[in-house]
Amino acid sequence: MEIIINLTGLVLIAFIVWWFWIFKNRSEARVEGNLLEIVVDSGVYEPSVIHAKAGQEITLRFVRKDSNPCAEKVLFDDLEISADLPLGTPYDLTFTPEKKGEFEFTCQMAMYRGKLIVE
Amino acid sequence: MNNKSETSKRLYVSDISCASCVETIETALKSVPGVDEAHVNFADRSVTVSGDVSADILLKAVSDSGYTASIAQDKTESERENKDLAHYKELLIKTVIAGIISLAIVAVTMLGLLPEITTFKGQISWGVVSLLALFVLTYAGGRFFTGALKSFKNHNANMDTLIAIGTGVAWVYSSFVVLFPDSVSEIARHVYFDTATLIITFINLGSALEMRARGKTSEAIKRLIGLQPKTARVQREGSEVDIPIEQVQMDDIVRVRPGEKIPVDGELVEGSSHVDESMLTGEPVPVSKKVGDEVVGGSVNKSGSFLFKATRIGKDTALSQIIDMVRKAQNAKPEIGRLADKVSAIFVPTVLIIAVFTMLAWFNFGPQPQLTYMLVTTMAVLIIACPCALGLATPISVMVGVGKAAEYGVLIRRGDALQKSGQLTTVVLDKTGTITEGKPVVTALEPTSGWSEEDLLKIAASIETNSEHPLAEAVVEASKEKNIEPSSIESFEAVSGHGVRAVYQQKTVLLGNRKLMDDNGVNLGSLMDRSEELSKMGQTVIFVSVDGEAAGFLGISDPIKTDSKEAIQRLQELGIKVVMLTGDNRATAETVAALVGVDDFIAEVLPHDKANQITRLQAKGEKVAMVGDGINDAPALAGSDVGFAIGTGTDVAIESADITLMRGSLHGVADAVSISKATLRNIKENLVGAFGYNSLAIPIAAGILFPFTGLLLNPIIAGAAMALSSVTVVTNANRLRWFKP
Repeated sequence: MEIIINLTGLVLIAFIVWWFWIFKNRSEARVEGNLLEIVVDSGVYEPSVIHAKAGQEITLRFVRKDSNPCAEKVLFDDLEISADLPLGTPYDLTFTPEKKGEFEFTCQMAMYRGKLIVE
Repeated sequence: MNNKSETSKRLYVSDISCASCVETIETALKSVPGVDEAHVNFADRSVTVSGDVSADILLKAVSDSGYTASIAQDKTESERENKDLAHYKELLIKTVIAGIISLAIVAVTMLGLLPEITTFKGQISWGVVSLLALFVLTYAGGRFFTGALKSFKNHNANMDTLIAIGTGVAWVYSSFVVLFPDSVSEIARHVYFDTATLIITFINLGSALEMRARGKTSEAIKRLIGLQPKTARVQREGSEVDIPIEQVQMDDIVRVRPGEKIPVDGELVEGSSHVDESMLTGEPVPVSKKVGDEVVGGSVNKSGSFLFKATRIGKDTALSQIIDMVRKAQNAKPEIGRLADKVSAIFVPTVLIIAVFTMLAWFNFGPQPQLTYMLVTTMAVLIIACPCALGLATPISVMVGVGKAAEYGVLIRRGDALQKSGQLTTVVLDKTGTITEGKPVVTALEPTSGWSEEDLLKIAASIETNSEHPLAEAVVEASKEKNIEPSSIESFEAVSGHGVRAVYQQKTVLLGNRKLMDDNGVNLGSLMDRSEELSKMGQTVIFVSVDGEAAGFLGISDPIKTDSKEAIQRLQELGIKVVMLTGDNRATAETVAALVGVDDFIAEVLPHDKANQITRLQAKGEKVAMVGDGINDAPALAGSDVGFAIGTGTDVAIESADITLMRGSLHGVADAVSISKATLRNIKENLVGAFGYNSLAIPIAAGILFPFTGLLLNPIIAGAAMALSSVTVVTNANRLRWFKP
């Protein structure tokens, strides 16, 4: 019994590490044309990994359904872009990612997380 | 409504959803007779139309093409506020209902009012309690569970995850005990419905309080938005009508009466007045306005009634740009916050792992009843951990700090400028226009015998009318003030670096420095002593000779701003070395430096060399701020650690500057530095508090004190502490609102 419970605990820890840190296949999408809708709800961005082309203007339409005040802001810290998202009204964030690379976007407290991959 | 105007109008089209809509709308508008240009901004769904067409025709053209248009207005702010208020009320109602049920459950549990759980009656009664708790969990805490599930699916974990697991485990275990009381040993036969519901109640209450306090942090933005009046009195077809501010068009003639707010930016065309711009620039004294002067939307007309022509409307007004800049800067994250972000990113999974370890530790080494101890400690660990306090620590202080700065006319453009301003060691001030007014005036007229002051000024002004030198402007301005009409001259020749040679009324006139006079053998005689005296006082002396005879000289100086000395002293008191940079000669520079009390000065610096001087200081390990006008000093501003553009009036978005000072005073620099220092201190307090809280609270919740003291943390206390911790962070940040630089 003791061994089983201890093993279960260790498996659980391994699972947490794998599921939250190692596993990478999050909801991904590519900006087609120049518009992509991102839903902000229940603590996540959907899709949370966004692919875009460098030098091409994109519009990310944030649809915030989450009334949690944490969801109010979206920040692309490294790109110095930020926006206040109104609840229920789509908000279009238009910009041109110039540099290639991976840029995280988060809420103010970095709990909601997404990634913009510029190729 | 029939508002005809030959300039641009802004429409808002709510249903633009794709790139092809843009094309359709633009084509529809361009086909309207009289429309010159139509441009759709996809981002904010606005359309700018230029041409001689009334707004209603444009609106009709858009609706005919299948879209809904209105005159553009920015009402998102009040909408947002209403929604926030509704959310706050909803949270409060949930807290009250959850609180009442929780207290009822606590009462029956503590007072032992229900029958033994092992009896059938007991099972039924506790079953009802279980259902009541489930109601609280779903009604007041439902969002934690859906949030946890959604983020789990996305391989993400957040605060919802911790709360959902913590309270969920408590409810599931307790309900299991109710259903199968005999499968659990007697000493572990305890239920935790009260714990689960009270935790949810506390967290809801905490969220509501936090939201309330957070609302206060954006007060600065609300105050700025509140500056804009709702209506404007505009001339339309010969009469004055009150219209909503969104309908004001470019080039509209707007009437402002005493005591009223100026609705948009423009140029005064009739009348004069004094205008209070303090809420925009921090400048306490009302500014006098006459025909041709710029007026800024949001400022208050103090005395006369006047008319002005609208030159910037909607999102282009200085006020809108300020609001935009403040909002952006408030969202920025200085370097100091990055560590907390990194910790936040791995926080929740780490806490989950700690929770599992806690469980295993109590299982392997804990006393009986193991199950109870495991459950209580694991729940406490999950509930007490507060990523919110950590995540909020930096941004919430930045919001208040940036807003505070805006109140003093200090607009922060880049987020890291806030942190760097707090760490400056040297401030470099450009002399002209920064320490001084930047507008040279004639301060002395010294004719030799045989000439009058008027003669001297008339000759100088007649010649200088042809020059573009900034000093020449001062001479011409002085003659205008004395109503002296300049005469025409026969010839004009600039002597590079020294002055001008001209023929005036058939006489050869020399106008320039001492070298020009010496080179041409003009005997300055008694003028020498007096002119040297003025030079030492920081004035520039221009000699005038007529046919080889000295006629006198003019003293020109750029007056030092009245509060420069005081502001420099404030900077020095903040532990900052103040250096003056100028293209002037050493003597003048030395005088000004002594008058305002800077620590050091660098004179005779050519404009393109300013940036090198900054680099030289930085090479010595100094953290250098450059303060200049933002145009001539652009490279130096860009090269410094923090670039301040000073007194730029309504042009708020200067690219090369990190911080724009709305007010012409150097006090803005001192304000910026002390607000930055206070904000940084506040962030540090928050970070120390949040890190400290989590690193102390989690081990205590895990039961680290138990072997020594026998103390365990009640999960209910953990819930209350967690709710309080983020409220504390926000409240501490709000203290900054009372800071006075």
